[in-house]
Amino acid sequence: MTDLTAAPRRPDVAGVRRRSSAGKIALRWGLYAILLVFALYYLMPLFVMLTTSLKSLEEIRTGDLIALPREITFDAWRTAWSEACTGIQCEGVRPYFWNSVLIAVPGVIISTLLGAVNGYVVAQWQFRGANVIFALMLFGCFIPFQVVLLPMARLLGLMGIAGTIPGLIFVHVIYGIGFTTLFFRNYYVTIPSELTKAAKVDGAGFLRIFWAIFLPLSLPIVVVSVIWQFTQIWNDFLFGVSFSQAGTQPVTVALNNIVNSTTGVKAYNVDMAAAIIAALPTLLVYVVAGKYFIRGLTAGSVKG
Amino acid sequence: MAPILDIRNLYKNYGTTEVLKDINVSIESGEFLVLVGPSGCGKSTLLNCIAGLEPISGGTLAIAGEDMTDVSPKDRDIAMVFQSYALYPTMSVAKNITFGMKVRGVDSATQERKLAEVARQLQIEPLLNRRPGQLSGGQRQRVAMGRALVRDPKLFLFDEPLSNLDAKLRVEMRTEIKALHQNLGASMVYVTHDQIEAMTLATKIVVMKGGVIQQIGSPSEIYNRPANLFVADFMGSPAMNLIPARAQGNGSGTRIEIAREGGEPIVLTDARARDLPEDVIVGLRPEDIAEPGFRHGEAVQEASCKIDIVEPAGADTYVMTHLGGKPVTARLHSETEAAPGATHTFAFDLSKVSYFEPESGRRLN
Amino acid sequence: MARWFETHLPKMVLAPSFIAVLIFVYGFIGWTAWVSLTRSRLLPKYEIEGFIQYDRLFDSPRWDTALNNLFIFGGLYIGISMVLGLILAILLDQNIRTEGAIRTVYLYPMALSMIVTGTAWKWILNPGLGIEAMVQGWGFPNFSFDWLVNPDMAIYAIVLAAIWQSSGFVMALFLAGLRSVDTEIIRAAQVDGIPTWRVYTAIIIPSMAPIFLSAFIVLAHLAIKSFDLVIALTGGGPGYATDLPATYMYAMAFSRGDIGQAASSAMIMMLVVFAIIVPYLYSELRAKND
Repeated sequence: MTDLTAAPRRPDVAGVRRRSSAGKIALRWGLYAILLVFALYYLMPLFVMLTTSLKSLEEIRTGDLIALPREITFDAWRTAWSEACTGIQCEGVRPYFWNSVLIAVPGVIISTLLGAVNGYVVAQWQFRGANVIFALMLFGCFIPFQVVLLPMARLLGLMGIAGTIPGLIFVHVIYGIGFTTLFFRNYYVTIPSELTKAAKVDGAGFLRIFWAIFLPLSLPIVVVSVIWQFTQIWNDFLFGVSFSQAGTQPVTVALNNIVNSTTGVKAYNVDMAAAIIAALPTLLVYVVAGKYFIRGLTAGSVKG
Repeated sequence: MAPILDIRNLYKNYGTTEVLKDINVSIESGEFLVLVGPSGCGKSTLLNCIAGLEPISGGTLAIAGEDMTDVSPKDRDIAMVFQSYALYPTMSVAKNITFGMKVRGVDSATQERKLAEVARQLQIEPLLNRRPGQLSGGQRQRVAMGRALVRDPKLFLFDEPLSNLDAKLRVEMRTEIKALHQNLGASMVYVTHDQIEAMTLATKIVVMKGGVIQQIGSPSEIYNRPANLFVADFMGSPAMNLIPARAQGNGSGTRIEIAREGGEPIVLTDARARDLPEDVIVGLRPEDIAEPGFRHGEAVQEASCKIDIVEPAGADTYVMTHLGGKPVTARLHSETEAAPGATHTFAFDLSKVSYFEPESGRRLN
Repeated sequence: MARWFETHLPKMVLAPSFIAVLIFVYGFIGWTAWVSLTRSRLLPKYEIEGFIQYDRLFDSPRWDTALNNLFIFGGLYIGISMVLGLILAILLDQNIRTEGAIRTVYLYPMALSMIVTGTAWKWILNPGLGIEAMVQGWGFPNFSFDWLVNPDMAIYAIVLAAIWQSSGFVMALFLAGLRSVDTEIIRAAQVDGIPTWRVYTAIIIPSMAPIFLSAFIVLAHLAIKSFDLVIALTGGGPGYATDLPATYMYAMAFSRGDIGQAASSAMIMMLVVFAIIVPYLYSELRAKND
């Protein structure tokens, strides 16, 4: 696993002889200027969202896109949270926000636990065919989910959990274990198999070794897995829009409905406030535990 | 009494690959068996089979007279020390040592007593509350030994336990393991790729290559009478000189003719050798090619050779020359006057000479 | 018995997940493949009729647009994200004092839902009150930036938002790649007096080939699955100008009630992913088994 966050700085690639000539300084300033411009590019949408959400509709209509609000008002936030209309219902994003929480929390816990034991087996208890099983599971991470959408819709119906929150949890767990297994497997293969052997000689069995030796070692990868799964489930739209019904929709679906609902005046400030509310949990995770977030991203792409 | 370890016709396959072929070894109680060979020779696999960490594909394996084929590692009454030490990273040193007892449900008073005993023996008392990550390599090694000692098993297994230590520490720990063996009188099986470790520790050595046992014997047997070219080359440092030669038998012994660079061949006579084929490989340890006047006896004969390289090594000086188209090392005393490029006279001591058949590599005498 | 249990426990632990994957991934792919060969409409039928759904699919101008859009979107999105990511990574690799903060800023969009990204850009790009109105308000009344509502340009609006979302991630990948190059090689080059830009073009970048491949795979995979962003930004419109295979499949499955078309379009998406992922996974797994 490539660890982006721990990437050590190289001893100055930019030249061994560091002369503070005027040209060098100009180059340096130019470099910072370019980096700053890009920083603004990445920050601009967030800035615009935030300022727009704090403006009144009147000010939005007459004012400038990137201007700061003349008068800060939290009306849009209040509306977005508890009054905005998603189609015929007008309860804001609040109920959907909690739906997302109710889907994400069990989904994350179950898929992480399954990933942990699966990864433990694949990495430390190799049996004939274990690698094939792992490859098949891994491949499941990469399929376009469109290909399972139709049969899953029918199966959820047959199981009687179509359009329910348990149904969505089920779907997220099923299509999440490939990744969580990958995370734990890649983490556990770096632990020498001698540790397992030593514990076997000491008399510990499969579960005891997992519980007493591997699990206490797993905090970093548990964090990676939890963050990855949380981001995936929270930000999911495809499963949410396909397998939910009025009342069980996750926040992303509700946001899309608010933005695209045609009733009444287009309230951009409410849209933006709702979007920020929907983005807040994952943004918070990113800010608090960005290191682990990035590790998850790269583990999912740069395997090894 | 039954041998402490008795392995008969043991085979081990991974799929269709045979990694161990027809292994037969047994040791008595108190013996120190060393399995030695290059990497991939199957020595670690054999150790894992003894531990029960790998199932065997054929043959029998008994510990103290009991068949172990279907016995899991924990019930074999063994303890094992690993190359990476395999200390449980999240447990303190004390917990590492007592984990096995805890798993087996030993009461905590006994655990404490045994822990204290082992900690004193290995002088690791100050470390008991530390985590493995806070220990140096040598300290980890001691803790790993402690974890094995506390079991007081029938058989100790060591899997290259010293190979992660630096050179100086390795020599110290080697001595300590030897002392431990003598004090405990325990039976041990020890895997290493380091032939010096094998020679210094073992009471019995098994040399392996490609999953096949090449030779079993005491260190001196292995050193002085290697069973084939592989063992001759592998055991001993610098390695045994293996010189192609022509042998011709006559009434009083055998005449050995070795091609010499830029001169007449060297002719040596071995009075004891009989019935050698015409093409042989002569095996001579470096110390058997010495300074004239330092070796005596009827088997000592002198010849001069051109010197390629001189390597002073403190107590001895190693001198390289060419014989029979092969580089040859002689071990001279440190005050030798041998100089590169010069011609020097050497004393060839044939009293411990080995002869091998070039094709099969088999020992002939 | 206890020993049998102990030796088979690992398999038993892995079994439920494996069975789940067998059914819900491979079984479901099989189901979709099967249905794509039938005359299914509103309800699935199971009599195989051959490739009629695929014939219909490739006769459909809407699918044609969707595929075209995938190539435009995929090509630009992957290409620009990689170039931008590489440039940013190299710039950030020059001992920038505030590197940590800048990285955080560049990468945060990856934490957002595509729906949020779409909502934000929809607002920024809307001609009435967004960038167009803003620039016009600055005294350029003829300034026009109507990508979002212009059928010929709307797909580029999606490209713009998608690049915003993931180029920072590509930057992070490349930065890690740059840093993983053996420093001794770089020192040797410096001692040889090779200029910095040559160190990059001749030594560092060529040794990053695996990272390029990873970045490509991830981006290609994201491009093919792109669904949320289109829904949030354009809804596939104007008309179906910004339809992608993913939105086409969804429309057929859930609003048009044409299961046969949905299944066949999903299978085509699957095949595209196969074509990209399988060689990659194969080489990865083989490399590891060696």
